[in-house]
Amino acid sequence: MSKILLEMKNITKTFPGVKALDNVNLQVEEGEIHALVGENGAGKSTLMNVLSGIYPYGTYEGDIVYDGEVCQFQTIKDSEKKGIVIIHQELALVPQMSIGENMFLGNERGRKNAINWNETYGEADKYLKMVGLSESSRVLIKDIGTGKQQLVEIAKALAKHAKLLILDEPTSSLNETDSRALLDLMLEFKKQGMTMIIITHKLNEVVYVADKITVVRDGSTVETMDCHTMEIDEDRIIKGMVGREITDRFPKRSDVKIGDVNMEVKDWTVFHPLYAERKVVDGVNFNVRQGEVVGIYGLMGAGRTELAMSIFGKSYGSDITGTLSIKGQEVNLKNPREAIDAKLAYVTEDRKGNGLVLSNPIRVNTSLANMKGVSNNGVIDADKEYQIAVEYKDKLKTKTPSVEQNVGNLSGGNQQKVLLAKWMFTSPDILILDEPTRGIDVGAKYEIYCIINDLAKEGKSVVMISSELPEVIGMSDRIYIMNEGKFVGEMKAEEATQENIMACILQSTGGGEAG
Amino acid sequence: MNLKVADVLKKYTMVIALIAIVIFFQVKTGGSILLPQNVNNLISQNAYVFVLAAGMLLCILTGGNIDLAVGSVICFVGGIGAVMMDKNINVWLAVAVMLIGGLLVGAWQGFWIAYIKVPPFIATLAGMYAFRGLANVVLQGFAVGIRNTTFLNVFGGGADCYIPDFFHGANLNVTCLLVGIILAAIYVIMVFKNRISAKAKGYDVEPIVGVLVKAVCICAAVIWFFFKLAQYKGIPTSLIWIGLVLLAYAYITGNTTMGRYLYAVGGNEKATTLSGIDSRKVYFFAYVNMGLMAGLAGILTIARATQAQPTFGQGYEMDAIAACFIGGASAYGGEGNVFGIVIGALLMGVINMGMSIMGMEANYQKVVKGIVVLVAIVFDVLSNKKKK
Repeated sequence: MSKILLEMKNITKTFPGVKALDNVNLQVEEGEIHALVGENGAGKSTLMNVLSGIYPYGTYEGDIVYDGEVCQFQTIKDSEKKGIVIIHQELALVPQMSIGENMFLGNERGRKNAINWNETYGEADKYLKMVGLSESSRVLIKDIGTGKQQLVEIAKALAKHAKLLILDEPTSSLNETDSRALLDLMLEFKKQGMTMIIITHKLNEVVYVADKITVVRDGSTVETMDCHTMEIDEDRIIKGMVGREITDRFPKRSDVKIGDVNMEVKDWTVFHPLYAERKVVDGVNFNVRQGEVVGIYGLMGAGRTELAMSIFGKSYGSDITGTLSIKGQEVNLKNPREAIDAKLAYVTEDRKGNGLVLSNPIRVNTSLANMKGVSNNGVIDADKEYQIAVEYKDKLKTKTPSVEQNVGNLSGGNQQKVLLAKWMFTSPDILILDEPTRGIDVGAKYEIYCIINDLAKEGKSVVMISSELPEVIGMSDRIYIMNEGKFVGEMKAEEATQENIMACILQSTGGGEAG
Repeated sequence: MNLKVADVLKKYTMVIALIAIVIFFQVKTGGSILLPQNVNNLISQNAYVFVLAAGMLLCILTGGNIDLAVGSVICFVGGIGAVMMDKNINVWLAVAVMLIGGLLVGAWQGFWIAYIKVPPFIATLAGMYAFRGLANVVLQGFAVGIRNTTFLNVFGGGADCYIPDFFHGANLNVTCLLVGIILAAIYVIMVFKNRISAKAKGYDVEPIVGVLVKAVCICAAVIWFFFKLAQYKGIPTSLIWIGLVLLAYAYITGNTTMGRYLYAVGGNEKATTLSGIDSRKVYFFAYVNMGLMAGLAGILTIARATQAQPTFGQGYEMDAIAACFIGGASAYGGEGNVFGIVIGALLMGVINMGMSIMGMEANYQKVVKGIVVLVAIVFDVLSNKKKK
């Protein structure tokens, strides 16, 4: 057994009214990859914020022993000096600045008042090579993809001479290929003796890279599993996370009659709104029937969101061609209003950015897309609006003290339910759900799946876009596979396996990356 | 319970600040700030602030956007009206031209902001120069007096711009006091009617103690205010205009779909657009409204001064903006209400008046006003930070 690099002893952290961490213990050995898993709000990120000094010494109870000494970090700088570097879930890069500038931001090379640009870019290139990036460090951040940006974050951490690297959801915005590359890079660093802590929701990644897994639940550490001495699979981890066994992650749909074609898209082609020569969606054909759940699987950057938004009243892209028919009638939807009137709903993947008004209460968000339904001649019927918000809150089992609660205060799963409620209130026939379970925990995911099943039972057509293979296979009746703007395969759910879907994508990938 | 008291204090911080400031000046000026005449002047001198702040609130709601041009628009529109009346053109035609003029100016600016996406700061900065210039052109650089008594009476200028006392009270304007009592009564009836219907439908209602305390405080304030006015000359006509505007805007922001869209666009424009709402129309609406209010403020301003001068309206935009921000409108949009701006406008008005009565030098008055605005915003920012 090698030496213990980090030990967090009896950490307790309270916020006004909430005990976020309760007597948490964590031991990390030198040179291992330690995964921290748990449902949203379990306290993983809080624990890492305590470790990195974001919550300074004194605001929590307990001890941090790092490299044999008790540490009392006041700021992030203190922990970074010791070699503890945290990479946050949201990328902290300035898009308008170059890779090199970003890497040494706040840590500039050169003398105090004069930056040494040769040293900056020279050093930056060195670290970029270590993470396998061939870009010059003079390239601007906004000109490289998210996957590469994540690698820049890691290079930035290396430049700080990290000994203990903490990655908070590093792959949440990456596609499968980039994710895999990142995980492989982690394994490579491990060989070189680096210690890492990874926080992630993606359990297959945990199984792939982790040496040890610590499960956090409701602010306490539940158990630590050693992957070398125990047989670990995803179900075992889920059991630890939710405290019970989930026998069926995907609820069954029964007695659903699949009816006529509800929506049909033909030769749909969309160009990028800024780079007019770039084809984002290329000649896509698909349809969805009444009562059917159609999955669109594709990696991030495959053009799925762009496809959905361009269908939804041309809210994305330029020079859109192709035909869209709803119930056999060809339609031309020029803006979201017309799309909503045509009984179409698009539930965005980015619920905070594109979906909800976080500063407004649940009631207001629920009615926003169908104000006509709660008003007469432009005057809001406050009673009706309240009743409808309550009705959907109960129907979707949104956990909140009241519908007057601001949406910004809700957890991800509950926010997603409010977003679904908003679109269900427009009484659509066709719902396009873009990553409906992104970033929400296992329990809430199950509830969202049940809602999708209920929608199908009511005879609605559901198009579910997802980059989680088990979800697509578990929930869909039919699956389309999208890659680099094209549909490259279609299969029935019974035929679909993770292997043949991935094979479909690999075969169709022709040079260059899906960006 | 402790937590609740803290919540109430936080919600009504600016009201408490207003009371504290009034008490401060009451002590410092030996009681003269609350003399009936001063209470009266607080309203009639600041009429333009209330009206402009109502319009400005809509712009600010859409995302902290402001209109720098309103001061110039007031002068431009007021100038047109004054010149028209000087040439003995029908007074109502002049009023209509002023209001429509304001509306058109708002549409002009709204067009650039909403449909061409010119940043509001720039578009209205341009308007600030251009309309000031046009105002000078209209007035040819001179002051133009207003002799039309109908105009002056209706819009609160000259000496006798008060609602006459139909009961001929000796030292007290009985009509005025009655209006105060009636308004308080209407308020109480509405509160309880609302409460009863909410209860009947099984909604959660606030605890009765809180509602009673609030109702008593508001009724006392309203009756006290009208009593003070009654002790002077009664209800100034400008108060009626202020009242109408504030009621209308409270209704627009609180009860209409357009009001809802203003908050939604300010809260998250992308989400609003994807919900099928044309955000351009929302911006356009906000600025057209601002123009209309600038027109009305122009009317009130020239009526009060009984003339139009090329320098009128300078800095008015800042008074309106300050009233909004002091009254709790968020500088990022999506938050704020009409009650808040009333408090904000009153607070600025009281400070102005108090300092003048104390005989503070005008230059220092500006320093104090600046500090007040800053403190209000800092408070807002810090309290929002804590929420997170």
